[in-house]
Amino acid sequence: MRAIPAVALLLASLACHAETPQQIRQIYVTEAASQQAGFTPSAKRGDAFFRQRFAVNDKMPACTSCHTDSPLNPGQHAVTGKAIKPLAVAANPDRLSDPAKVEKWFGRNCKEVVGRACTPAEKADFVTFLSEGR
Amino acid sequence: MKRLILIALLGSAFPALADRLPMPANAPASFTSECSSCHIAYQPALLPANDWRKLMAGLSEHFGSDATVDRKTEQEITAFLERNAGNASRLGNAGNPPRITQTARFIRKHDEIPAKYWRDRRVKSAANCEACHPGAAKGSYSEHDISIRELRE
Repeated sequence: MRAIPAVALLLASLACHAETPQQIRQIYVTEAASQQAGFTPSAKRGDAFFRQRFAVNDKMPACTSCHTDSPLNPGQHAVTGKAIKPLAVAANPDRLSDPAKVEKWFGRNCKEVVGRACTPAEKADFVTFLSEGR
Repeated sequence: MKRLILIALLGSAFPALADRLPMPANAPASFTSECSSCHIAYQPALLPANDWRKLMAGLSEHFGSDATVDRKTEQEITAFLERNAGNASRLGNAGNPPRITQTARFIRKHDEIPAKYWRDRRVKSAANCEACHPGAAKGSYSEHDISIRELRE
């Protein structure tokens, strides 16, 4: 019985550092819904976005240029050759656990690959795709 | 006889020692996490302080990528690189923007590598130290553990 408050405290303290993919998805869903009433995230749209060729960047025309055709696969940086861990939470539990990190990489990769900032709706779809990705 | 063996052993150990480039123990966490997301966190000794300063001042256009970090992190990483930078006269001119692979030292060390290996899909880029030096991130650039078989002596 004494263990229960201790466990609850531990969980609460962990929550301050690591968030779940659902919490991160919720951040973007809330933001997208404020711009577009009744917005519901879609893994299918996230999947299509992942595969879309933007062709803004010669070396990285699409997300798949570095991340392969499946978010379950390890990738390789298209320019430097550096190994990249899988994007999908199912293959890499570290994914979608740090909102600042997620936002940072959306910032960089959207600018480089998509050629503009991604919208909250795109981010919500993408995060949904990665957390459900098979 | 014993002395000869010792000398021979020492002699064989030296090339390995020369290719050890350990990461300074005081590397801030920001350096490791920010600099190693697209390539290994290159050891500060690979460029002189002036070139690191130039590189850090141009992170928004970092070899075609936006690698900007917040101001505090930028100062922290720059200070670490400056503190542990390499010797400019030994490394040679790194060009502008500075590239480790353009330093005279890098070129000299790799002058026997046939051009086709730089384009090999296992290597991809000269920036990909780990393609040939599996211990690069840990500072091991020894010629004895090159991971591409054809390049081993």
